[in-house]
Amino acid sequence: MKRIRIHYSKLEHLRYTSHLDVQKIWERSLRRARLPLAYSQGFHPQPRLNQACPLPLGVTSRDEIIDVWLDCDILSVAKVLDMLQKALPDGIQIHQINEIPLNEPSPDNLVVAAEYEITLLENLPLSELERRVTELVSAQSIIRTRREKQYDLRPLIEEISLSKEPNQSVQKLRLRLSARPGATGRADEVLSALGLDATSACIERTRLIFQESLSLGQKTLQRKD
Amino acid sequence: MLPANEIQTRLERVLLKVQKPGRYVGGEYNQIIKPWESVRTRVALVFPDIYDLGLPNLGLAILYNELNQRPDVLAERAYAPWLDMETMMRQHGIPLYSLESKHALADFDIVGFSLPYENLYTNTLNLLDLANIPLFSSERNETHPLIIAGGHATYNPEPMADFIDVFVIGEGEEVIHEIVDTYQSWKSNGGARADLLIALSQLDGLYVPTLYEPEYKEDGTIARIKKLNDTAPLPVRKRILGRLPEPTWRFLVPNIDVVHNRVAIEIMRGCTRGCRFCHAGIITRPVRERPPEQIINTIRKALEYTGYEEVALLSLSSSDYSHILELVNRISKELTDYPNLSISLPSLRIETVSLDILEKLRGSKSGGFTLAPEAATDRMRNIINKPISTEQLLETTDAIYRRGWTTVKLYFMIGHPSETLEDVMAIADVCKTVLAQGRKIMGRRAALHVGISTFVPKAHTPFQWTACDNPEVIESKQRLLKRELKGPNLKLNWTDPQETLMEAWLSRGDRRMGRVVFEAWKRGAKFDAWHDQFNFDAWQEAFQSCGLDQNFYTHRLRTLDEIFPWDHISIGVRKSYLLQEYQRSQRSLLREDCRNQCYACGILPEFNQLRRLYPGDHWKCPEVTSPISG
Repeated sequence: MKRIRIHYSKLEHLRYTSHLDVQKIWERSLRRARLPLAYSQGFHPQPRLNQACPLPLGVTSRDEIIDVWLDCDILSVAKVLDMLQKALPDGIQIHQINEIPLNEPSPDNLVVAAEYEITLLENLPLSELERRVTELVSAQSIIRTRREKQYDLRPLIEEISLSKEPNQSVQKLRLRLSARPGATGRADEVLSALGLDATSACIERTRLIFQESLSLGQKTLQRKD
Repeated sequence: MLPANEIQTRLERVLLKVQKPGRYVGGEYNQIIKPWESVRTRVALVFPDIYDLGLPNLGLAILYNELNQRPDVLAERAYAPWLDMETMMRQHGIPLYSLESKHALADFDIVGFSLPYENLYTNTLNLLDLANIPLFSSERNETHPLIIAGGHATYNPEPMADFIDVFVIGEGEEVIHEIVDTYQSWKSNGGARADLLIALSQLDGLYVPTLYEPEYKEDGTIARIKKLNDTAPLPVRKRILGRLPEPTWRFLVPNIDVVHNRVAIEIMRGCTRGCRFCHAGIITRPVRERPPEQIINTIRKALEYTGYEEVALLSLSSSDYSHILELVNRISKELTDYPNLSISLPSLRIETVSLDILEKLRGSKSGGFTLAPEAATDRMRNIINKPISTEQLLETTDAIYRRGWTTVKLYFMIGHPSETLEDVMAIADVCKTVLAQGRKIMGRRAALHVGISTFVPKAHTPFQWTACDNPEVIESKQRLLKRELKGPNLKLNWTDPQETLMEAWLSRGDRRMGRVVFEAWKRGAKFDAWHDQFNFDAWQEAFQSCGLDQNFYTHRLRTLDEIFPWDHISIGVRKSYLLQEYQRSQRSLLREDCRNQCYACGILPEFNQLRRLYPGDHWKCPEVTSPISG
């Protein structure tokens, strides 16, 4: 048995594919690659895959992690990567792949925050946007209701900034949100709090931040982009 | 039309506002995208229901691959957007577009609709409208795409004749290429649209409705079908293949969950059983089988190209496939490198051998075992020509429970010609006996699911002359079953009588029905196949506004010499043979499986030449010197 950790991007049209369906994409891709997926025991054996840090529907990501258990001992990570490349659908790009110890904790237990880059499709004057962001940052608390439960969004926002790129026609918002168990901020909630329509923005998760650096094992393979 | 990049931009602003946006973006594994300008001809293939149902459709998958194999052609897909997405599209001015390149459908050369059942007619109109393509073929010109349609619901093309330029009657694998070739040479010659239609009408299997005109008698029946062009063939003969081509193995793998996430392989086309209610069984004759070797190779290749773990081996009657035992033996011996593979084999005969077959496939027994006896009395079974004795049925269901399946699923049909309440009561009785068997074997774990559909007389079948059972009678039969069949672990399903009526008037509709379809659509009818969307009132009003009587189509017993609106479409089976079968049914006479003995349905003489071109034993009509008649 081997445990392989894959860092990848989920892009383009795949932002309309849910967390659960992405699991299916990986299962099928691994089977197309003829990689020997390990299965759970029991009456309904399931392939052993673990996607870390669920991504909401509609969000693209440049920092996704999936752990894959393979029923074999000899395959090298280079070979695994090679077999997988052709079998992946458009919209998934592998950045890095490494073998990690079988007892390595799940990234879900180590993640503390996530960074986002949001491209706004509504065109608000920059000054107005700046005003709203300042107001949001200076608020003591921002009480919001999600799934009929009230919570305070403000402490979940660790950083927020508007991009001051020379090209004013595209407005970008950068966020760093808490992503601890039980304290996970949602980018679409921040947009709503700013009075923006979250369904007409392109939200991308650019980076996951961990309390200690994730194990990379000995056999890391990094793609040169 | 709106350019593709503008459609893409507008889509991004609406997709997160609708349910399951993954339906509307394409990008599936095995999708084929070619540069728009790199080809001579662009074809859009449309399934007029939602993505979830359309993506797994085998017919469109076959045509998609056939067309995309050509370097000079690109084929892309479109499906019906669900109501929420349709509203968004209309609000934001997004026309119906193809999933691959996001081009408006109106920018394609050819738009082809798959019409497997009648309750997709209104959706077809709705999609043309959403594509900004004029609905009536008479309103379209050289600037519009050619609109074609095929599938089982086009063997009586008349209800859709006003909207479709060309119908493909029969099997599409070969003729689709001829359509493209004809289109290309017409386009390079720069002719009028009428020239294209006339050229297409010369191809075997194509029906161009504008070249024909029905004349009616005073009583509303057809007096004759008139040709409006000398060169138009009469009758139009369906197209078949002499030998089934290599099956499709390059299936699209969706990025969201759809109804069937599986590889589908047709092991055989056609059926020799001759059940008299069965539309598919008659129109798909003759039987042609695929060799087991080819099926096994296709399974391997398809699994490799898709990553699926489920394979469906399709046919109208799996047990009749000559190599069925060889096939399942080889699957269980040779495909061992796929440990979680599940293979489904629908339509097995009611006999214990069927259990052996499914056990060899190592499938899960949790899904239940399905049988379709259709009727429960010998009298009814003789009338519909599906003779399975109650003893044989009970022997099979007993064995199913004994061998560890906890659920038996039985399909029956009510409303057969001359059916009485006693015949329906017999269905309830046999179901109770089956469940009692199961309880005796495995106690309270035993379950029974009963599906009760309602018979609809279909064009081109021996029952095309009969009247539908009255809706009140159907309701009383359903009441009886609901009263008799209840209790723990007994599940009963039935069809809404109003939906059955709609299917009935569309199935045997004439060309005047097109107006009704249009008026119903205008009044909001769409997604007629969806129980919660079906709008009976819209259809009632549509009939009224057209001055037509539903009963004329549904509850009228046809005289034996009536000319039917579909008589100019030849399916190879002679009308005289269907009539003979109708009359035999009235005398309770059975017709045996014609695999061993030819009863001269007409297929053989009609396609004799084709059969000679493709010799071999894949074509399952027996060799005949002199057929027995009577």
